[in-house]
Amino acid sequence: MDSNKDEIIDFEKMIRIRLIEEAIAEKYSDQEMRCPVHLSIGQEAAAVGVMSFLNKEDKIYSTHRCHAHYLAKGGNLNAMISEIHGKVSGCCGGRGGSMHLFDDDAGIIASLPIVGSVIPLAVGSALTFKLKKMHNISVVFFGDGAIEEGVYHESANFAKIHNLPVLFVCENNLYSVYTPLKFRQPNNDLTRLATSYGIENIRCDGNNIKKVKSASEIATKHIKDKKEPFFLQLDTFRHREHCGPNFDDDLGYREEDEIKIGFINDPILIEKDRLIKKGILDKNKILKIENNIKIEIEKAFTFAKQDDFPSRASAEEHLYAK
Amino acid sequence: MQNDRKITMSQAIGEATLEAMKKDDTIFVIGEGVTDPKKIFGTTSELVEKFGIDRVIESPIAENGLMGFCIGSALSGMRPLLIHQRVEFALLSMEQIINNAAKMHYISNGKHNVPVVVRLIVGRGWGQGPAHSQSLEPLFAYIPGLRVAMPAFASDAKGMMLTALSENIPTIFIEHRWCHYVTGKVDSDTSNVLLDGPSVVRSGSDITIVATSYMLYEAILASDIAKEFNIFIEIVDLRIIKPLKLEKIVESVSKTKRLICVDTGFKEYGLGAEISASIFEALFKDLLKPVKRIGLPDRPTPSSRFLAADYYPTAENILNEIGKLMDFNSHKVEQMIEMLKIKKPDINADVPNPLFKGPF
Ligand SMILES: Cc1ncc(C[n+]2csc(CCOP(=O)(O)OP(=O)(O)O)c2C)c(N)n1
Ligand SMILES: [Mg+2]
Repeated sequence: MDSNKDEIIDFEKMIRIRLIEEAIAEKYSDQEMRCPVHLSIGQEAAAVGVMSFLNKEDKIYSTHRCHAHYLAKGGNLNAMISEIHGKVSGCCGGRGGSMHLFDDDAGIIASLPIVGSVIPLAVGSALTFKLKKMHNISVVFFGDGAIEEGVYHESANFAKIHNLPVLFVCENNLYSVYTPLKFRQPNNDLTRLATSYGIENIRCDGNNIKKVKSASEIATKHIKDKKEPFFLQLDTFRHREHCGPNFDDDLGYREEDEIKIGFINDPILIEKDRLIKKGILDKNKILKIENNIKIEIEKAFTFAKQDDFPSRASAEEHLYAK
Repeated sequence: MQNDRKITMSQAIGEATLEAMKKDDTIFVIGEGVTDPKKIFGTTSELVEKFGIDRVIESPIAENGLMGFCIGSALSGMRPLLIHQRVEFALLSMEQIINNAAKMHYISNGKHNVPVVVRLIVGRGWGQGPAHSQSLEPLFAYIPGLRVAMPAFASDAKGMMLTALSENIPTIFIEHRWCHYVTGKVDSDTSNVLLDGPSVVRSGSDITIVATSYMLYEAILASDIAKEFNIFIEIVDLRIIKPLKLEKIVESVSKTKRLICVDTGFKEYGLGAEISASIFEALFKDLLKPVKRIGLPDRPTPSSRFLAADYYPTAENILNEIGKLMDFNSHKVEQMIEMLKIKKPDINADVPNPLFKGPF
């Protein structure tokens, strides 16, 4: 019974992320959200699966593609939508935009848009936890592009030799912008870039929430028991364009088969089918879940629209800490 | 006929690259996205189709390494053109640029050359925010041995790129994204131009404005308004910010006796600081007024357009400084600004000004 409840909760989380991202996409053309957006549609299972084994005290870091991580870790929805609108109640007061989401209360320390930039920060948090003898872990989400930056390699090595409680989560969506992994790496197995530093790792289907969860359970337990880093490669697929609200497969940079399989492996469809087949959910229950989420989303957008602009005078505040 | 051809600055840069690669097969282009469907804002269109993937090299995300690969390749006989889609991505290339590219020729007692061109693009607008819209040219200009070029006009950009690709000096080529859109007359047989420093793009007798890159368009707009009030501005396009050649600026200011420096980057420690210090050194007694500097305020670029509105200086800020230098009363300054508002539609500060479509 309990496990059914967990499954429903995770499914709700995924569908909530999807609907929020779709709402952003749909309303983007109103030109009220005037900042670049890198949507997480298609990559919800990775975020929700990993997060289901973290508690509030565990800290996460993310990238330009941070919406799913932010929401799955419990980031405040109003603060996110307001931020994307450049409004004062946004998590950065409008200073950062969609690529800089954070929420201290939820344990989301920072999201950063320079590729790879965030990886050593997560290692730094893990160093704090070790030095302070705390028992939480630090998690960094990044893409298949980011692992190519030198700083990943410096970070992995440092985390290993200092036994730091950090989880590296590499979401492989096969692309860095339009450039496929096959032009950038000898093969699709990125766990070799953990193995070579002596870091335990698992590669799994990142579109399957059950698989992500079992990998994440092993990973987080390993970090806590063995007091050392772990690496997850979650293979997934970005449904829409790299940056922006639209689909872009008319550009022809992804292969037909890849696209077809990518959409068939939609993490939400897979899980929906499974839950219905098992009798845990039915279409009506799902509709009810969706409707409740849609009400929440509309409220968040109304909140953002009615929210104030940051005052011009406030721009000078907080350049230096007091 | 040919001479009336108008193209955008991004087309001009693309054309220069293509022509240079045709002439010199030691030139190759490398960078993240150089072959992708967007072709670096259109500037690498047709290159991979014409020259193949060995000369138009797609790359993993590895800016530090890339810079080193280019320097090493240059040291052994090639002429790499490295492209970063934002200035910020080059921050990962900095160690190689500063310690190796800039110094190799000097330290080898002139025996080694590093003919590398690095293109950097300054993002602006649409809430790109703190890490995608910085104009960091002074970081590069600070380093002896580098050449730093900042074109504003399509035809100059083409000539400058051709020259940069044909000479042996490591060159940081900084393009403002909003200049990319602007069209200008570009002869199809444009050839190399000298990368020898500033050039006067408008003559005038009352005030010298030294501007760079996109801010030239704001300066030109301001000078058009000032003219209606009988103030004649001489506009100097800084073009090559390193090595800094002061002669033309000194010559101009010794005539006008008043100077405004307008930067795309931060005001503090910016290009304007260097230029005004030099002008004080050269012309202290001749100046009628203190030098004015315009640049970004001392804080990161905010994403929100409500905060960005006050962040970027415009022709209005320039007119205010013109008013001060000419001892205009506040009424006259207001009149100038009113005229500007009639001329320039009230647009959000986060999209390019549609006025600046050229031809320039
Ligand atoms: C240092 C740096 N280089 C290049 C970029 C431009 N850029 C932004 S996102 C991105 C793709 C990164 O791919 P990946 O890490 O796989 O993340 P994904 O977008 O697929 O989620 C690139 C190259 C950047 N932001 N920072
Ligand atoms: Mg990717």
